[in-house]
Amino acid sequence: MQSLTPSRRAASGLKQDTHRRDPAPSRIAYKINRLWLTPLFRAFLRVGVPVFLVLFAIGWFFSNPTNRYAIGEKFTEIKRSVQERPEFMVKLMAVEGATPIVDDAVRAILPISFPISSFDLDLEVMRGEIMKLDVIENAELRVRPGGVLEVAITERDPVVIWRTDGQLELLDGTGHRVASLTARSARADLPMVVGQGADQAVNEALALIKTARPLAGKLRGLVRVGERRWDLVLDREQRIMLPEDQPVQALEQVLALDQAQDLLARDLTAIDMRSPLRPTLRLAEPATEELRRIKGMEMGDTADE
Amino acid sequence: MSDLYTQQRAMRSMREAAMQRGVIAILDVGTSKIGCLVLRFDGADHIREGDGVGSLAGQSAFRVIGAATTRSRGVRFGEIDAMQETERAIRTAVQAAQKMANVRVDHVIACFSGANPRSYGLAGAVDIENRAVTEDDVARVLASCDVPDFGAGREVLHAQPVNFALDHRSGLSDPRGQIGNRLAVDMHLLTVDSTVIQTLLYCIKRCDLEVAGLASSAYVSGISALVEDERELGAACIDLGGGSTGLSIFMKKHMIFADSVRLGGDHVTSDISKGLQVPLATAERIKTFYGGVVATGMDDREMIEIGGDTGDWEHDRRTVSRAELIGIMRPRVEEILEDVRTSLDAAGFDHLPSQQIVLTGGASQIPGLDGLAPKILGQQVRIGRPLRVQGLPQAATGAGFASSVGLCLFAAHPQDEWWDFEIPAESYPARSLKRAMKWFKDNW
Repeated sequence: MQSLTPSRRAASGLKQDTHRRDPAPSRIAYKINRLWLTPLFRAFLRVGVPVFLVLFAIGWFFSNPTNRYAIGEKFTEIKRSVQERPEFMVKLMAVEGATPIVDDAVRAILPISFPISSFDLDLEVMRGEIMKLDVIENAELRVRPGGVLEVAITERDPVVIWRTDGQLELLDGTGHRVASLTARSARADLPMVVGQGADQAVNEALALIKTARPLAGKLRGLVRVGERRWDLVLDREQRIMLPEDQPVQALEQVLALDQAQDLLARDLTAIDMRSPLRPTLRLAEPATEELRRIKGMEMGDTADE
Repeated sequence: MSDLYTQQRAMRSMREAAMQRGVIAILDVGTSKIGCLVLRFDGADHIREGDGVGSLAGQSAFRVIGAATTRSRGVRFGEIDAMQETERAIRTAVQAAQKMANVRVDHVIACFSGANPRSYGLAGAVDIENRAVTEDDVARVLASCDVPDFGAGREVLHAQPVNFALDHRSGLSDPRGQIGNRLAVDMHLLTVDSTVIQTLLYCIKRCDLEVAGLASSAYVSGISALVEDERELGAACIDLGGGSTGLSIFMKKHMIFADSVRLGGDHVTSDISKGLQVPLATAERIKTFYGGVVATGMDDREMIEIGGDTGDWEHDRRTVSRAELIGIMRPRVEEILEDVRTSLDAAGFDHLPSQQIVLTGGASQIPGLDGLAPKILGQQVRIGRPLRVQGLPQAATGAGFASSVGLCLFAAHPQDEWWDFEIPAESYPARSLKRAMKWFKDNW
């Protein structure tokens, strides 16, 4: 048997296939080929078009509010799932270095419902809130390992009582308000200052009180006069008026006089040390009368008898 | 004449633009194949001047990055015969070369072999004004050549100054800056049929390419196939092409004569086709595989199957001895060589000091041609292959690519032509005055 159609090898041989397809490119193909070889066009097609398409697709996707919302939702969900891992959860708050009253106040200021993620705690803001309490000098907040929000508090120490507008305020060494006081007797151990601007000069007042320790029994309080100088008010309505400059030295001078001549035991209303070079005494009414009588006797004048 | 001058100058500026871009294509439009090479120029700074030999004919300045050939269609005797066919063939070659080079080429330098080239020797002389020869003087002396009447429908393809003479001193290649009173020039002018050029330009333009230069293929194969001393001492390059045989004579590194014989390898093929009653394609195949021009006793016994597909067993099983094939080919090859001899004699080749003849082109690969050619052309005959240039594929280094390679060299280092010099200054006022007169005549 023999195949009726000749095999390809038999058909070739010396004979050439004269009806071969023309390999010439068509005019269009040639132009497209040349266009494709143009560097600018090629760059445009390989970079510009894909970039445009991607941007367009993204833009189209995001132009739809449903898609935008869904993506936002998904993002929030993932974020929450990470934040609410047990490692990041805060379970309780520990307030340290505070008296029970302050402790309660701090807990009232920070109404946090535990457990809460530590990502949701803004420690700076919380610290600012706590620092608004006058009694607190410094507060440190940190999340301790183990899920504890630690609030370390340094309280202000009251050193004087300041009476102003009929109210009693406790002040610390810097003159900052600590708390209000309902009755003087509640803190009888603290000295009293009075007068406008007294809180600005607490330091000076403390120095004076320290110096006036020998008079501790008699000292009723300090009065700030004209927001510039101090008066020491003693019992028996006695008053030591101190100068603006160097009041401590002036007080020491008075104390020295008192020690030497028992000055304060005498019937004086005021010792005026406003000009330290010229201490002046103001006598009480009976003492003045007595002084006048003695002066009259000395002069032998009995005319007024 | 000035029309041609501007046209050639436009091509030169196009070539400048191509050099700027660094990529240029060369296109060899032949009768049997169309070749396209894409060249990349690295710039002149790569060539170190005065370092040893320096650039050998400038071929180090470029690199072939794309090469393609395709079967030529619609070309006869080196002239375009069917424009659409040729345009498609050019497109094929250009596209394949572009693909290999991976760049787009916009500028092309083309060569063709036909169009009845005719050589003229021109002479001109001028007095020099300022003792030293300036570029302007060179332009003036070139313009002073009395151009012969080469008839209508002819166009100048090459116009190269080949020799300058200053007073009694002749043989100057570059007279600029030299002192003298009278400058004379010998110029070689090559004219071709203008219709052929127009057709070729049209075809190239249809392919979206800009023509950056035109050259005669006889000239460019001479550039690539002749070695330096042959071109200096005098030699003829015979480019045995498919449809026509180009011949160019070089002397002192300049082409002094070019001609073409309208016979070539295709005629041998058609002889075989007629003689053996086979199709042209088969005849071409038989020629390239078994062809020759000198028969020996062995060739009587070597039988060639010539085949056929008529279905007639007797007809399809024909054989022919190689001696018979040689018997068909030899007379035609002899005829071609004899025509070349006639042309060389007409040119006065036997007066040259050295009479080296170099055969190149596709048809020079016929075995035994080196034995036959000396009997007709003279003793000093060799078969030439083109110079090697950088990046040329191995497949394109054969003798058939002599004109392609020559065109590369021509593109890299073009010879100074007439149009490279400015139009002499004094011809401007005359012309504008004439134009003004014409305007007055037309309007008053």
